[in-house]
Amino acid sequence: MSEGHIAWMLVSTALVLLMTPALGFFYGGLVRAKNALNTLMMSFAALGFVGLGWALLGYSLAFAAGTPLIGGFSHALLHGVSLEAQGEIPQILFMAFQGTFAIITAALISGAVVERMRFGPYLAFLTLWGLLIYAPVAHWVWGGGWLADLGALDFAGGTVVHVNAGIAALAAALAVKQRRDYGRQAILPHHIPFTLLGAALLWFGWFGFNGGSALAANASASLAFVNTMLAPMATLVVWMALDALRTGKSTAVGVATAIVVGLVAITPAAGFVAPISAVILGGLAAVPSYYALLWRARTRLDDSLDVFAAHGVGGISGALLTGVLAQQSWNGVADGLLFGNPRQLLVQAIAVLAVMAYSGIGSFLILKLVGLVATLRVTPATESIGLDVSEHGEEAYGSGEGAILVPSSDLLAAGSAVAPAPRSLQASGGDA
Amino acid sequence: MKLVVAIVRTEKLNDVLEALFRAEVRGLTITPARGHGGETEQVETYRGTTIKMELSQKVRLEIGVSDHFVEPTVEAIMSAARTGEVGDGKIFVLPVERVYRIRTGERDEAAVTPVA
Repeated sequence: MSEGHIAWMLVSTALVLLMTPALGFFYGGLVRAKNALNTLMMSFAALGFVGLGWALLGYSLAFAAGTPLIGGFSHALLHGVSLEAQGEIPQILFMAFQGTFAIITAALISGAVVERMRFGPYLAFLTLWGLLIYAPVAHWVWGGGWLADLGALDFAGGTVVHVNAGIAALAAALAVKQRRDYGRQAILPHHIPFTLLGAALLWFGWFGFNGGSALAANASASLAFVNTMLAPMATLVVWMALDALRTGKSTAVGVATAIVVGLVAITPAAGFVAPISAVILGGLAAVPSYYALLWRARTRLDDSLDVFAAHGVGGISGALLTGVLAQQSWNGVADGLLFGNPRQLLVQAIAVLAVMAYSGIGSFLILKLVGLVATLRVTPATESIGLDVSEHGEEAYGSGEGAILVPSSDLLAAGSAVAPAPRSLQASGGDA
Repeated sequence: MKLVVAIVRTEKLNDVLEALFRAEVRGLTITPARGHGGETEQVETYRGTTIKMELSQKVRLEIGVSDHFVEPTVEAIMSAARTGEVGDGKIFVLPVERVYRIRTGERDEAAVTPVA
């Protein structure tokens, strides 16, 4: 352990934690105004529910000694998570850094179920998902599990985070089903500047996500950091060109999406490929996600904010391209197909398929399970009015006009949080 | 007395206000409005979704005037708001039963005559 390593990992942990609120703004801008707070809350709530789940149990299931399939319970309730070194940093810091990954991975799924899912069942799903899906998969790849033994390369979570969340989102969209307005009405983003701001903060945080995944302040972290800068640049340029070819214009939502897709794709490769390969990887990764997104919008599949097209397809592109472009001269670990090791591509494909199967089926089952004890969707009437008022009792953009203070004595008399309309409103219109 | 209601392009609002002030029409109310006047729809693309925006943003002016002020008011709006393209807007002139100025209680002609 040295001060330098610890300092960088402290900063990285804070950077990655910032990505979840950033995701909230990215998603929040893409929904209609009546669901803005609910969508933001879906990300913000993950900070508490998934974060605590991670500290109390998830970390142990992922990183305590166990079997190739799952860790154990020896670190449950943070038992034995100490200041002792775990690699170059104290184990508590390692736990916190990994916790920020669990949080954002679970929050990513929310994009598939916005504007219709009840908040309580969503929280139950999210918490269970962090423990039952994320923790085992993190164990497989990073906790000494079977994919690590197989030699799968996943620098910062292309498979663990993005393929995992992407396929879970697909399962969630199928389990919760489409919004009532989907395919019948134009559903437009209400605040694209939020989406761009979210994308910017995601990029910023991603330097900690990928750069921090070296788990030290070293050359590998520098490579990951630079690749995290270069790859989304290429994705952005290619995406704008694809947009311009299709509609004659480059869109702002497209740029925000491209940044995320580029970041997703470079995630597994960040510390494994040469910088010039990162540029190629970023540019190539734009294409499958771009067309997946167009195709999805023509189907009945309401993965509302295209989590699968961005994170699932982007994660698969990145994981496979890692198997093609990895270079031992840069990473000291393994070569990819292009550098004489075709087996690596096969291993990458196995890792992707295994995670897709486990997470896809597991996520669907968890939602069905939650659906047995609670209704997953709000009522059609609530869906039209919007979830900000129904789920949170707040409005994102209320002007305050027409708001009349309810005296607290009235609230007590009514015996419920919903007070009857004040007399002045009830009387209006009766004496015209 | 008449109420002149005009729907104009938002981007022509400043020109209209300037023309009205030059014609010495000083009391008016404006509100944002959305409408459709037969202009070609704006096409917008959000990821895989392409939409036609059927309503365009306009500004609605309401001006209470005495009868001899109707023509100058209409002329000012008409000349300042016109681009010649579809979607320039409309002007409606409506009869008014009564007008009160709340501050003084003056009514009708006196209420719509600007304060000197």
